[in-house]
Amino acid sequence: MPDKPEKPEKPDKADETGEPEDAGRAGEAGDPAGPGPEAASPHRRRHRRLIRVSAGAVTVLLTALLGFAIVVQVHQNSSSDNLNNLREEDLVGILDNENARAERLRQQIADLQQTLRRLQDSGDRAAAARQQAEQDVQSLGILLGTLPATGPGVVVTVSDPHGNLTPENLLDVVEELRGAGAEAIQFGSVRVSTDTAFTAPPGAGGGASATAGPGGGPGGGSVAVDGTTLVAPYRVVAIGDPKTLDTALNIPGGVAASVRNAGGDLTVTERNRVTISATRALPVPKYAVPTRH
Amino acid sequence: MIAALALVVGIVAGLVLRPTVPTWLEPYLPIAVVAALDAVFGAVRARLDDVFDAKVFVVSFVSNVLVAALIVYLGDKLGVGSQLSTAVVVVLGIRIFGNAAAIRRRLFRA
Repeated sequence: MPDKPEKPEKPDKADETGEPEDAGRAGEAGDPAGPGPEAASPHRRRHRRLIRVSAGAVTVLLTALLGFAIVVQVHQNSSSDNLNNLREEDLVGILDNENARAERLRQQIADLQQTLRRLQDSGDRAAAARQQAEQDVQSLGILLGTLPATGPGVVVTVSDPHGNLTPENLLDVVEELRGAGAEAIQFGSVRVSTDTAFTAPPGAGGGASATAGPGGGPGGGSVAVDGTTLVAPYRVVAIGDPKTLDTALNIPGGVAASVRNAGGDLTVTERNRVTISATRALPVPKYAVPTRH
Repeated sequence: MIAALALVVGIVAGLVLRPTVPTWLEPYLPIAVVAALDAVFGAVRARLDDVFDAKVFVVSFVSNVLVAALIVYLGDKLGVGSQLSTAVVVVLGIRIFGNAAAIRRRLFRA
């Protein structure tokens, strides 16, 4: 800030720019032609004026520089991420923090990867178990008779024109088929299973004798299979190896022979594909329970 | 007030030019700015008391800046950099507040 502008001076810089302080003093001391004791004043005044003016100029410069520096520093502080301005000890502390954080995150990644592997494994196991269970359902359904089935097999036609066949004869047919490896058997319209009963139809007098009782029809005998009355000729469908089933039924002295001896007839037709559509309800055991193993 | 004008000119120049601070200067610039601000507040107070001397202002400005930078540099070398820098800023702040209070008293009471 320039000081009081009372003196309207225009200093002659051309003269005084290079004038050092000593030269000023020497000039006023050794000047014989000068105006005397007042000779000290103009030189000293000019000297003082020079200092004042140059100080004034420098003041202006310095304030401009200050404004400049303030703006630069504010801009610098706002734009950088401030890591440049920190001291070494602070930076080391920050580095330690970041390292610790990175370590924790790596540990977290490892844990999560382990969890992922574990879940994937158990997911695979669950899928395999489900697949196995589905296969079991299919197999058990076929064997128990709860699901319809199709496959190669035989169609056996048992005729009983005189009605001489007993339920035991017909049961023998089924047993022979089972023994030969039939996986599913349908007798007439009834699916044969583990507890299928062949009985005399209600009202008939049991036994081998001829009467076509009230259940008998024009074809001959009748039988009750699991309570369902069927009349001859009986159509039995079995799924299994056709050759084996055929051979088993036609063993000399086997089921075919017994049926013929009783006056009926038994014919076996091998087929590439037979369909068993009859099903039965799943029996629920009343007494048996699974043992722990 | 030529100096106030000069301040404004400097601010405008800084906004226009947007220079980047050289790396060696970076830790000292904020301290230097605060030290210079202290000198300026002192000069304003002297002006209001009619005892302003431009020579005194220039010398105090330059010496403040140099001493503050020297203290910061020494502190870094000694290992107490952040503490010494804090101390310098605190002291300069106290002085600025003192000068500002005197200015306020002059402007609003006298």
